[in-house]
Amino acid sequence: MVFRCFAALAAVGCAVLAAQEAPHAFVGARIIPIDAPVIERGTLLVRAGRIVAVGPTAEVRVPDDAVTVDAAGRTIMPGLICSHSHIGAVAGADSSGPIQPEVRALDSINPLDPGIQKAQAGGITTVNVMPGSGHLLSGQTIYLKLRDGRTVDELAIKLPDGSLAGGIKMANGTNPQRDPPFAGTRGKAAALVRAQFHRAREYQAKIAAAAGDPSKLPERNLGLEALVDVLEQKRVVHHHTHRQDDILTVLRLQQEFGFRLVLHHVSEGWMVAEQIAAAKVPCSVIVIDSPGGKLEAAHLSLATGGILDRAGVLVGFHTDDGITDSRLFLRSAALAVRAGMDRDKALQALTIANARMLDLQDRIGTLTVGKDADFVVLSGDPFSVYTRVLQTWVEGKKVFDFADPKDRVYAMGGYGASDGQAMSMCCFATQEGQ
Amino acid sequence: MLALLVAAVLSHAPQDPAPAVPAPARAFAVLGKTVVTMAGDPIQDGGVIVRDGKIERVGKEAELALPADMPVLRAAIVTPGLIDAHATVGLSGLLNIPHDQDQLERSSPIQPELRAIDAFNARDELVAWLRGFGITTVHTGHGPGALVSGQTFVVKLRGRSADQDVVVPLAMVATTLGDGGRAREGKAPGTRAKSVAMLREQLQKTREYVQKKQKDAATPTDLGLDVLAKVLAGEVPLLVTAHRSHDLLSALRVAKEFGIKVVLDGAAEAYLVLPEIQAAGVWVLPHPAMARTRDELANGTMELPKLLLDAKVPFALQSGYESYVPKTRVVLWEAGVAVGHGLPADAALKVLTVDAAKLLGIDGRVGSLVAGKDADLALFDGDPFEYTTHCVGTVIDGVQFTGTPR
Repeated sequence: MVFRCFAALAAVGCAVLAAQEAPHAFVGARIIPIDAPVIERGTLLVRAGRIVAVGPTAEVRVPDDAVTVDAAGRTIMPGLICSHSHIGAVAGADSSGPIQPEVRALDSINPLDPGIQKAQAGGITTVNVMPGSGHLLSGQTIYLKLRDGRTVDELAIKLPDGSLAGGIKMANGTNPQRDPPFAGTRGKAAALVRAQFHRAREYQAKIAAAAGDPSKLPERNLGLEALVDVLEQKRVVHHHTHRQDDILTVLRLQQEFGFRLVLHHVSEGWMVAEQIAAAKVPCSVIVIDSPGGKLEAAHLSLATGGILDRAGVLVGFHTDDGITDSRLFLRSAALAVRAGMDRDKALQALTIANARMLDLQDRIGTLTVGKDADFVVLSGDPFSVYTRVLQTWVEGKKVFDFADPKDRVYAMGGYGASDGQAMSMCCFATQEGQ
Repeated sequence: MLALLVAAVLSHAPQDPAPAVPAPARAFAVLGKTVVTMAGDPIQDGGVIVRDGKIERVGKEAELALPADMPVLRAAIVTPGLIDAHATVGLSGLLNIPHDQDQLERSSPIQPELRAIDAFNARDELVAWLRGFGITTVHTGHGPGALVSGQTFVVKLRGRSADQDVVVPLAMVATTLGDGGRAREGKAPGTRAKSVAMLREQLQKTREYVQKKQKDAATPTDLGLDVLAKVLAGEVPLLVTAHRSHDLLSALRVAKEFGIKVVLDGAAEAYLVLPEIQAAGVWVLPHPAMARTRDELANGTMELPKLLLDAKVPFALQSGYESYVPKTRVVLWEAGVAVGHGLPADAALKVLTVDAAKLLGIDGRVGSLVAGKDADLALFDGDPFEYTTHCVGTVIDGVQFTGTPR
């Protein structure tokens, strides 16, 4: 959404305005709450960024001061959550080494990147923005709410302890294979990773031994600190992996070091579904229009999501944007349904399953009273090619509206669709606001 | 065979697409709740009788008087086999390693002598992949990335060999303008203007070659100029891959100067120069609707097919060339996304069948369900463009293939 605060108002002013907004009631929609049966004619009531009520229109009382939106004929579902994306011009580790846990995606995000607006146009409200897969460990990922913001801090998700939510990105297989100091083989890759986790364990032990005595603490090491977070299960490992044997290697490392894990892409996951299920590790699956393009994806299947789900694995989908387009994220799940996945599970795979993988299931992923008012208004069934994302709302604020020509260009494409948001000399403003 | 189709529909496990049934049933019928013939209105409860690889009859099932022993395939929707109007499948193989990438030869910027028939691998798995979506004919060959990268041809996706499956041995000459046509490492062409200058020089050289050959039959053969002579004669179009509006205009400028046919390929910014394209009367092959909108496609729009339709510019749809994943796009799905972005479904189906056949000069053989044409059909269990619909069978020259596994 293009910013509508005039130049005179700083972002703080915008936020104040938002907080003062009246409750909004979306009345008469087909509502897919995800954690409850579909409501054929329902009302969604949101206030101050939260969901206040959701239920049959006949049962939800709309306050007198509410802005009422006639949503008859529309479908409302939770905002989509993408558990693996590269929007925001993200970059992580450089070519100096294969394992760089000190590098943060946070420090590279460009919030003006048009990829963010295109993702809003696709109904995405939360993303895990990750560095690439050219390293065994390419850095710390960051979870973003796709609010309209000028700075990465305005998009970041603050945890109760004040830290910013995010995981750590790892990869195996061919992408991180390079000349030394990178690994050239799979065996070497696993050895380098194991060695680094041992360093982290030793560092962790030194910190524990210091028992809070600053004079006994080891010299600060930002990379090892991040890995200690991983060992202490404060930071989830998001692991790129395609081939069945590479998937099992990740599970082996997870067994050894006890970190929390989400497997990503898993092109050959259908071959080892039982092992993944037994390890109780969730999978964030990519859906690609044809197999191949790289050796590891030669046996990629559209059926992977359904097969893993039936094996008992928690399954989410991701865009891997720019590998697939955030504006067509619904399509990824639809193709999985085509390939045999249960419809409800496919809807969960776009929402609550991904929320779980990001530890955000208490805040987002379903239309539940008390959760963030993150939702999309669709013109029809989520899995129909004829359906359009009409509006995207994040925390009770509309961030995308297809009816607005400035937003429409991000949805459809066209001249300027890949340009960043217009900036004035002062701060964000619409062009006519200047 | 029907049992095989049903098995494919019921199976959820990945499997390799089934190989061609070697001996086609001499005669069988394909029945559909809706048969879209592309020659007149769709037929409800219709059917097609196939005999010896050709369409024998098309009509209402009740009027076809099928013999009791005639094998029957059934589907909700039956359409003509789909035509991918531009791909590199068969040359840009599934594995994407040097030994299966034959769509671009970088040794020289101008090599029209490179034939598609000498590079097409009919047994690449992606050929079978596309066939599993009802695609029966593909215009494929040398890809974008060099000023003149080589020839394209038209081939059926039967998966035997280029020689057996070829329909049109020389369809177009693949050319790239703009950033995509630049040579690497300081070699020419390094700029847009140099690209056009080199192309004009080559066409001028071809003119002189043709004149010389007419005067002196002993003139040594130049394979590349022989091909460009066909372009100059208007027998073969230049397929010009270009995206920026000014590069599209450059293509039209060269076409006018030499009186040659061009087909604009990719054409991300075609919507900026529609009057010029209309005036030139050229065909456009818009980039896949889901093509990544970066670099020269930064201003691309998923509405381009709709905008071309509205402007009455003739066009066909393509899977295009992909350097990474997906290694091939599926033209049926690209059409689906175009339909989701304003292109009417009936127009999309027309573009995928009769219109593409017309562009490729094969409309006498394929593109509609008419008695006497090749028995190329696609069978669907619902709206072909819906994400959740399956192609449940493909027929090429009367040979039955299973649809893509779920």
